[in-house]
This record gives sequence, C-alpha cells and structure tokens, in this order.
Amino acid sequence: MINVDTEKCTGCGLCEKPCPFGAITIVDKIAIIGDECTLCGACVDQCNVGAITIQRKKVEDIDLSQYQDVWIVAEIKDNKVRKVSFELLGKAKELALELDQKTCVLLIGDNAKQFTQDFSNRGAQKIYIAEHEALKDYHTQTYSSVVTGIISKYTPNIVLYPATINGRDLAPRVAGTLGLGLTADCTDLSIRDGLLLQTRPAFGGNIMADIICPATRPQMATVRPNVMEVASIQDNGNAEIIEVPVKVDLQSLKIKTKDIISGASSECGIPVCEADTIVSGGRGVGSKENFKLIEDLARVLNAAVGASRAAVELGWIPKSQQVGQSGSTVSPKIYIACGISGTIQHLVGMKSSDIIIAINKDPEASIFSVANYGIVGDLCEIVPLLTKALKKKLSEN
Amino acid sequence: MRFIVCVKQVPDTTEVKIDPETNTLIREGVPSILNPFDQFVLEEAIRLKGEDDEILVVSMGPPQAKKALLKCLALGADKAILLTDRAFAGADTWATSYTLTQCIKKIGEYSIIFCGLQAIDGDTAQVGPEIAAQLGIPQITYVESIEKLEGKRLTAKVQTDDGYKIVEARLPLLITGITPSSFEPTNPPMMSIMKANKKPFSTWDAEELGGEKDDYGLNGSLTEVIKVYSPPARQQGVVIDEETPEAAVQKLIDLLSKDKVI
Repeated sequence: MINVDTEKCTGCGLCEKPCPFGAITIVDKIAIIGDECTLCGACVDQCNVGAITIQRKKVEDIDLSQYQDVWIVAEIKDNKVRKVSFELLGKAKELALELDQKTCVLLIGDNAKQFTQDFSNRGAQKIYIAEHEALKDYHTQTYSSVVTGIISKYTPNIVLYPATINGRDLAPRVAGTLGLGLTADCTDLSIRDGLLLQTRPAFGGNIMADIICPATRPQMATVRPNVMEVASIQDNGNAEIIEVPVKVDLQSLKIKTKDIISGASSECGIPVCEADTIVSGGRGVGSKENFKLIEDLARVLNAAVGASRAAVELGWIPKSQQVGQSGSTVSPKIYIACGISGTIQHLVGMKSSDIIIAINKDPEASIFSVANYGIVGDLCEIVPLLTKALKKKLSEN
Repeated sequence: MRFIVCVKQVPDTTEVKIDPETNTLIREGVPSILNPFDQFVLEEAIRLKGEDDEILVVSMGPPQAKKALLKCLALGADKAILLTDRAFAGADTWATSYTLTQCIKKIGEYSIIFCGLQAIDGDTAQVGPEIAAQLGIPQITYVESIEKLEGKRLTAKVQTDDGYKIVEARLPLLITGITPSSFEPTNPPMMSIMKANKKPFSTWDAEELGGEKDDYGLNGSLTEVIKVYSPPARQQGVVIDEETPEAAVQKLIDLLSKDKVI
C-alpha cells in the first residue's frame, strides 16, 4: 500500500515529475496517487517532507543461513565457453569475497568436465558438473530440471545467469518453478546489508532501478553480457570438483529440436550480443554492396557487424544482426554507427555502449546526441579511410 | 482451440524525454499504449486462428488498461478479461505471473498461451516463462515464426544467439516472441473499434481469482525495488566537421589515441 500523509504533504509537486507512470496529481495541495501507480517508489525518495510511504509486508524471520555461496551458471556453446561466463565469474568472485563465501560454477553440457581448469584458473573455488550426452545443446526442459534440482540440493545464496537468449529462457523457468525472485538484465551487482543489490535499466534505458530480493533464496539475476570485467587468469587453481549425477529421459521431452542452424550470421563474424566492438550500418549505407565497407572496418577491429532496422528491412543484412528494440540490446566497449540516424528504438538498444562513434551526413541526426565522437560526412568516403587508418594504427601498437 | 494472449498496457517509452537540466524523465504527454510486443504476438494468434478457434486476451492492470484490451478486440480477439484490483498493484514479475496463472487456471482449457517477447517499460521477458513454469507446460521463447500448426502439433522457427533452430512441439504450450524487424504497431480501422465494444468483456478482481490477498501485488512480490533514479547523462561528445574526409578521419584517430580508446 502507498500512503500520502495529508498532514505532512505540502502539495509542492516534487513527486509528480519523477513518477514514470504519471500516476500522481496534486489536488487541493495534496498529492493524489492514481490507479496507474505500480508502487515503484520513485516518488518516495523525492518527497522532502517524508509524506509518502510504501508499506510492505514484513519479511518473516526465516532462517536463510543454510544458503551459502555465489554461483554462476556458465554457458557453453559449440563446445566453447562463452565469454559472458567468465564475466559472471569475475563479478561472482567480488560478491563472494564481500560475503566471505565461496565462488562456484555450474557447468552443464555433454562434455563439460573439460572446462573445469579454465574456471579453476580464473578463481572458481567449487565447480559443479552436470554432464550427460543429452545435455549437448540447450533445451529448456533438460537444463531447467538440472538447475532446479542442483540448486535445491546445494542451496546457494546467489545464482547468476547470463542474460543471453538461453539464459533469459532458463532463469525465469527456474524462478517460476521454485517460486524465487529474479531480476533481469542487471548491469551492476553489489552487496548491501548482506543482500544482493541488483541494478538494472528499465523504461528503455531511461531509468535505473536498484532491486533486492529479501525473503527467497537463492537470490537470482540475469546479467548483461559485456558489462562486467572478465575474471583474470591466476595461477593454477585447484577448485573442488563436484560431479552431480544427472538423468535425462529424452522420450519425455515435449519439445523436440529438429534442426539447429548456427552461424546464419557467419558472414557477419561474431554475434552482436557478445562482441566487444560492433560496427553497425543503417539506411545511409545505401546498398547491399556498400555494406562491404562496414564489414571491412569490422574485420580490422575484430568486431561484429550490426545494423539498424532500416538496413535489415532493406535486406542488406540478416535480422540476427539487428540492434535496437526489436533486435538485440548491446553494450560493447566500442560501437561505431555508420549511416544510422538514431531512432529512439535504435538508441535504446545501444546507448549503454562505453564509447559511441557516429558517422553521418546529417549534422542534426539524433545519433550524435549519444555519440562520444561524431564525424559529419559521407560514410562511403569516411569508412574506407577509417579502415585504412585503423589498420595502420593497430599494426603499430 | 482456445488461444490465450497475455497483454500489458505500458507507457509509450519511445515518447519519453529526459529533462536535460534535471536529468529526469519528462512524463507529461506520454500516452499509455498496448505493449507493441504483445500486439505482434496477438496478430500472429489471429493469423493462426481457424474457424472454430477462439482468442481470449487477458491483462492485469489498472481500470484504464481496458483501453489496451479494447484495442486487442478491435484487432481481432474474441473475448477479453481485465484483472484489476488495488491488491494487484506493485507486482513484480513473480506476482504478475502468479496472477495471470490464477486467471488461466480459472479459464481452464487452452491450447496455446501467447506472450509478447517482453514489455517496453520493464524489458524483463520473465512473465511468460514464469507462467509456463507455474502451469507446468512447455515454453518456447524467442519464436521467430510459427511454421506449421496441425492438430496438436506445432512447428516453430526459434531465434538463437547466432542463428535459429526449428522445433516441434505438442500443445498445450506457451510461446513468446514473434517480433517483426519493423517496430510499428498498426491501429485497427474505425469499424473494428466500434465492433470491439460489443464483444464479451469481463473484469475480475482478487476475490474472483481466489487464493490469499497477500499472494498478489506488492505483498506477493519476491523482489523489491528500493530505488529508482536517472542514469548518468552521457557526456557531450565531440563533433568532427572538417573540410575533407581525410582530415576528419585523422582527427578522429588522434582523439581516439589521446583518449586511449585505441
């Protein structure tokens, strides 16, 4: 319940503006909260006189002490550990250190054991292995039953998943099955008062929210790729290995995978969601042939090739490469936007990139509003010159 | 067959602007709309619908969310249920999925439950899988297209991080996805809007759904938002506007090296 203390409220209206849902109106010098209110709490912090309060159910005295350790669920694809797994490990180590608990990894796959040393050398202290030939490829049913089983048995305090397509399918399935709180797409994690403080963007990246999960364990979150630092390689680690026997009944699977076509985007190099650097092209590229200019620049930078919606719709590049609201949300270290005007839908998908470089003919293009560096000019001239210059520069370094 | 489509009314986040002075949201004039992702998945359900099939749309929200449901009816849904109660307010994804699950259980029979990929205000993509888990039915998320629906068998093309896969499943199940590359939901014609008002529309509250009041809304939520704030504004960038492309590129390279980007 949200309450406005009419004695305290001065009708100043400070609470009105920050409400993301427009639920507050001032009537006769009192803040009135409408039905649109989602109890997000944005107004509570704004009120100078402490007139707005949100009453929450008291967390009962449940004993949470049996829940220990910080876990990550690693993602293995095509017999390789995806980089995001090591990013999760880096963050998990930090959190575990703060809590004085152990950093643990859950490896699921048909041949998962081979990766133990990679995680051990990067500082994992316990590695749980669920190995079975039927776990070769991700499947909601098999993976979620493995994860729910293992976390019910070993009772971790925190479990982190990558916010990849598979992670965003798996984590809510587990949360829904076990009745656990889950926060999506976190861009920062820390410990406050012993709880996992989960920071995530919402509202198309226009607001940030800090979220906790007070009463259920494990505390669970999916974490955006490319945001956390990769766990560095230390000396020879000697993590404790726990092999968890798993049974998979393939006959019981209600969904059968008939075909997997990976690398549909192979001509575009790395998938956009896990690339450190992305070179994207939009309508301004002009033609499918000209997209070669974008690909050339991407190759020099070992970058993924991305695209705006316009370029995808014109058939210049597959949809898997689309960045933006109806494509992927990315946050690489460097994002180079070529001939992209910067519609709000595109900006939502890339504006959390560390460095944004924009090349566009139109000096008024909205892409320049988020760019750290902008070049006003014809990309067909600029991009080949930039490719050449960067090639030279990088070979000198 | 009955298709249930779960939808949400959301603020049109693409209309949201940031006040450059205070770095806060300017909420004024931002309309509430049917979540575009939900509209896309509803349109797929309408395409799949056979003569004897029925599309039922369900939404949890304030009384004003009726507008979003009316749009669904105008687009071609047959019936709508609005779940509205002060007790539902403040729901996180768990409490939302619990409420929708209670509703679906009360409805009883269904073949496919459709959810949009995610909502444009929360972007979590969690409610769909959480409903599927609570109902104990299979889920297929990130569906690109439904290739075939014959009797109780469905074939779908599903997006993966680097391509796609083809899966076959038996109904009942829950599907999320079906997002076109273009992000422009269309408006139904005037005639359909008028007809929509005559279609069956029910409003259910917490009592109707049963269970404990404390399982819903803020009290039923497992996560708690403790702070909401504006992200730090991006620093004003450098705009390079030189006479020749060569000079512009050189200047960019110089700046990138100076700032240690490369």
